[in-house]
Amino acid sequence: MSTTAGVAAKPLTRGGPRRDRFGGLVEGWLRGHTLLIYLFLYIPIVVVVVFSFNATNRRVTDWQGFSLRWYESVLSDTVVQGALLNSLIVATSTAIIATIFGTMAALGLQRAPRWFRTPFEALTFISIIVPEIVIALSTLVFFSSAFDVLNPLLDLRLRLGFQTIIAAHALFNISLVMLLVRARLSGMDRTHVEASYDLFATPWRTFRQITFPQLMPAIVAGGLLSFTFSFDDYVITTFVSGAGSTTLPLYVFGTIRKGVTPATNAVAAVMLLITLSVLLVGQFLVWRNARRAGQRGGQASVAGMIAEQSG
Amino acid sequence: MATLARAASVHPVPPRRSFRAGLLTAVLLLPASLWYLVLLVAPLAIVVVMSFGTPSRIGGFDPVFSLDNYSQAFERSTPFVTSLVMAVAGTALCLFTALPLAYFIATRAGRRKSLLIVLLIVPFWTSFLIRTYAWLTILGPDGLGGFIGDLIGDPAFRILGTPAAVLLGLVYGYLPLMVFPIYVTMERMDRGLVEASKDLGAGRLATFRQITLPITLPGLITGSILVFIPLMGEYVIPAILGYGRVFLVGNQLVLQFLEARNWPEGAARAVVLILIMLVSVTFYVWFSNRGRKGREVSVL
Repeated sequence: MSTTAGVAAKPLTRGGPRRDRFGGLVEGWLRGHTLLIYLFLYIPIVVVVVFSFNATNRRVTDWQGFSLRWYESVLSDTVVQGALLNSLIVATSTAIIATIFGTMAALGLQRAPRWFRTPFEALTFISIIVPEIVIALSTLVFFSSAFDVLNPLLDLRLRLGFQTIIAAHALFNISLVMLLVRARLSGMDRTHVEASYDLFATPWRTFRQITFPQLMPAIVAGGLLSFTFSFDDYVITTFVSGAGSTTLPLYVFGTIRKGVTPATNAVAAVMLLITLSVLLVGQFLVWRNARRAGQRGGQASVAGMIAEQSG
Repeated sequence: MATLARAASVHPVPPRRSFRAGLLTAVLLLPASLWYLVLLVAPLAIVVVMSFGTPSRIGGFDPVFSLDNYSQAFERSTPFVTSLVMAVAGTALCLFTALPLAYFIATRAGRRKSLLIVLLIVPFWTSFLIRTYAWLTILGPDGLGGFIGDLIGDPAFRILGTPAAVLLGLVYGYLPLMVFPIYVTMERMDRGLVEASKDLGAGRLATFRQITLPITLPGLITGSILVFIPLMGEYVIPAILGYGRVFLVGNQLVLQFLEARNWPEGAARAVVLILIMLVSVTFYVWFSNRGRKGREVSVL
């Protein structure tokens, strides 16, 4: 795909039979526009990270030299430690649940009859397209109604907390993993599966040795994206969290109200570091897997899969 | 999909429709189905029922049939109007920003194509909250806001807390969602068409307008929907960059559910929000397809 496009694009830049005088201008504008957009996307990230190293006691932008003091003060703060731990618990659990159930659903859907598949796909679509805030408030309404009924009836003490956050986060992420794995399944080369059956392998063995390794990049990508989604989520978490389950985004949102400080920048930079490294590790794993399988990078990257999905 | 069906039909061992096979399918699908039913269908259903009820105690409701909550929502409809205006403006800005960018990546980037896409994805999946928060420094009195204020000699000049700041945040947050689908349609486009157009003497603009744009239209529509829907329900950006002064539906829903605790009224607004989105998306798709039919035939 990418090589043919690269070759075909060349004659365009030379202008074709009718030379247009604005060719160079348009090319320059396209280039400049692209550069500006990437700056627009990355400058905020750079700003947060740079000013988190500021030694200043006063205004954030008042540069007083490089220092790690805010990281020391923030990371030794027990409130931040607690929030970080909570976030990691929530994100890890969400990622595990979403990856397992999403992959299962993608595999099951292949075998499901049409009467089941159509409404199921509709629900997947709804779970992804409905704005987060609607999911958040309806989940809160649901949990509190359910607890009102169940707690006195069964003598339980269910309340909002980790379990409700994880359950709510998993909804979107199960759909996400399922879509990624399904895309992979439908693009998969069936000949290996057929060969495996021809060689009298059992369905389970075929799955373990042929299907599963081919699905691995999608599963890994789905898991890591679920982790970052859950780790960063504010809206759903703020609705369904309870006492003692404050996550890092909730903590940061609370401190933002008191204004921008180098300390908040340091917490923010830690959050960025965690999500970025998770994404980069995922990208690396998927690339390595693709290279081993002898595919080209484009479609096999996490990015490629998402771009395919939204297209 | 078609290839998948064909591949399945030549499967050497046709999946036996045995009881065990059916059981396995059911087990595979059970957890996800449970999640959808319990955490998607049931909650949305309760919200719809609640929207017709009246508030009882804190957070609760009495299930009667009353339209009071809806008449309240229409009487005080300013947040809806603000949201709609911001969402339309934000979607349009994303569209015009994304189009040249996607075009560049799809036709000019060559081997750096996948790198550029990865560079778009990475910030998109990285701490939405933090990236929004970063603009407080950039636009604040010590940043761009103060700079422009000095330039025009108005010390009271502010960017933060204005619709402009919120709009910038919206475009910043959701631009990649517009770029991906446009990029995918452009990438799949038959480049021969462009060359044919140029060979026939069409200029750069005519080629873009008559070939590239019509082919990319499905991507533009998908992108617009993907951006418009979350913009309508956005809460974090107006809360942070608008100081809550730019008051969107999202802000009001948070207020009613988490602070005022008038859930039935909030539920009615949530239902109205969903209806507005459904209607506008349907209209948009219908409108874009209507103008498209004639040209589609000539392209294919």
